[in-house]
Amino acid sequence: MKDPGFAKFVLLVNGAIPLAMLGWDAYWKELGANPVNSSLHITGTTALVFLVLTLTVTPTRKLTGWNWLSHFRRMLGLYAFFYGVVHLSIYFAFDQSFSMPAVVRDTLEHRYIFFGMAALLLMAPLAATSTNGMIKRLGAAKWKRLHQLVYLSAIAAVVHYLMIGKLVGPKPKAFGAAVAILLGYRAAAARLAAMRKTRLAAGSSPA
Amino acid sequence: MLIKKPSDVSGNEITDEGTYFNRRTLLRAGILAASATATAWVYRKLNPSLKEGEPQRPLMDIAITTTRPTTQSAAGFVTDEPRTDFQDITHYNNFYEFSLEKEAVADLAARFISRPWQVSVGGLCHKPATFDLDDLLKIAPTEERVYRMRCVEAWSMVIPWDGFSLSKLLDRVQPLSDARYVAFQTLLDPKRMPNQNGGDLPWPYVEGLRMDEAMHPLTILASGIYGKQLPAQDGAPARLVTPWKYGFKGIKSIVKIELCSDQPPTTWNAVAPNEYGFYANVNPQVDHPRWSQATERRIGVGIRPTLMFNGYADEVGGMYTGMDLRANF
Repeated sequence: MKDPGFAKFVLLVNGAIPLAMLGWDAYWKELGANPVNSSLHITGTTALVFLVLTLTVTPTRKLTGWNWLSHFRRMLGLYAFFYGVVHLSIYFAFDQSFSMPAVVRDTLEHRYIFFGMAALLLMAPLAATSTNGMIKRLGAAKWKRLHQLVYLSAIAAVVHYLMIGKLVGPKPKAFGAAVAILLGYRAAAARLAAMRKTRLAAGSSPA
Repeated sequence: MLIKKPSDVSGNEITDEGTYFNRRTLLRAGILAASATATAWVYRKLNPSLKEGEPQRPLMDIAITTTRPTTQSAAGFVTDEPRTDFQDITHYNNFYEFSLEKEAVADLAARFISRPWQVSVGGLCHKPATFDLDDLLKIAPTEERVYRMRCVEAWSMVIPWDGFSLSKLLDRVQPLSDARYVAFQTLLDPKRMPNQNGGDLPWPYVEGLRMDEAMHPLTILASGIYGKQLPAQDGAPARLVTPWKYGFKGIKSIVKIELCSDQPPTTWNAVAPNEYGFYANVNPQVDHPRWSQATERRIGVGIRPTLMFNGYADEVGGMYTGMDLRANF
């Protein structure tokens, strides 16, 4: 890629569009009869879209050799966290009327809230250590291990979404399938690499 | 975006770079605009704007014979709480025969024709009959009943229904003494109710009430709201309303009513017996296994505490004395 700076700027602008359009719809009262639920749904699914895109970067890069894709991973992840925080804030303000004890009770008593909370809390340290400085301070290996928490976060986020409705609708199923494929690919790739390594080790030993 | 220019540029270089930058700036503006348009388009596909539209089909007025007799207010027939907007009552509907998405039901139901329509009433009774809709609605004078409606999903409305007590209809067919329950069935017609082509729920939707619940004066067969014919998305042409129970008990577009001796199967109970009971009485002390029932979001208003039997405890509480409401949820 000739100019990752510009490409990142394009992503920055595009990532803000869902928030802008949500604000627009809220201002013009076009969020339907239950605007709080609509905004919760929109911010939650937007966070999931960014989470899925973040998880898509590495497999796509490896399969296609488009290494420039890695320029976008950090910002995609940060947007996933950002929309998750907006999602939580709407819940905190309009569903729980700014009451911390109510949030704690809801989190402990209801599993889908627990999973949603877990998904976001798991992302927090990743957002906090997303800078180049933090990668250096932690060391690449440690940083990489820490950032594998994103897999757990994605699983928790999908479980949270699957548990919400009276029935499981097509959207949570689609996100569930996407995360299953992306994590399944990684598991399979890791296994394959491990197998190759043992075979290589066996092969290189003197006959 | 920060563009760093080298400090030592000569005169003719500036002209060249200027042309270059102009072209590049234009290209970049194009890329930015195109990508933003694409993102906005995807966003709109996923999250349609929920604008207040014109009613898709003019709804006929219906004659309300009895309006708000003051003595009835005491028995819960009319609540003074602010009524939910007609727009919201008709564009936020759980009606899985059309769609799982509450905001999508109104459009999908817009062309649903509910005339001619027949309702068969039979089972354990002396005079089973199949009523044409117009005859059915003439069984008793239409009254306005302003009820709270509490959905099991923790939102609520205040709806001015037009209808009459179901007991008037049941009296007409003269139930036998061993009729202890009443079973209801929604229309089964995938051509008219498109989501019946899928397997989201076992179709047709069925519901049931105990005899005393069915005969209770609060239980109505509703055929209108706000003095207009019931819109399709709200259960045209006639539906059940039991204001002290969660909304899913209010079965819509009824074609069959049957008196029976044993507790009839009910759709949500069959799908998830640990989450939805036969009684489904509104009860803030018994949570749904996955979410709290202590509060509700009143549409157009905000969060408020949920009341026992949805605020109709004085009227209906007596039917459940001695029953463990935690076991019989």
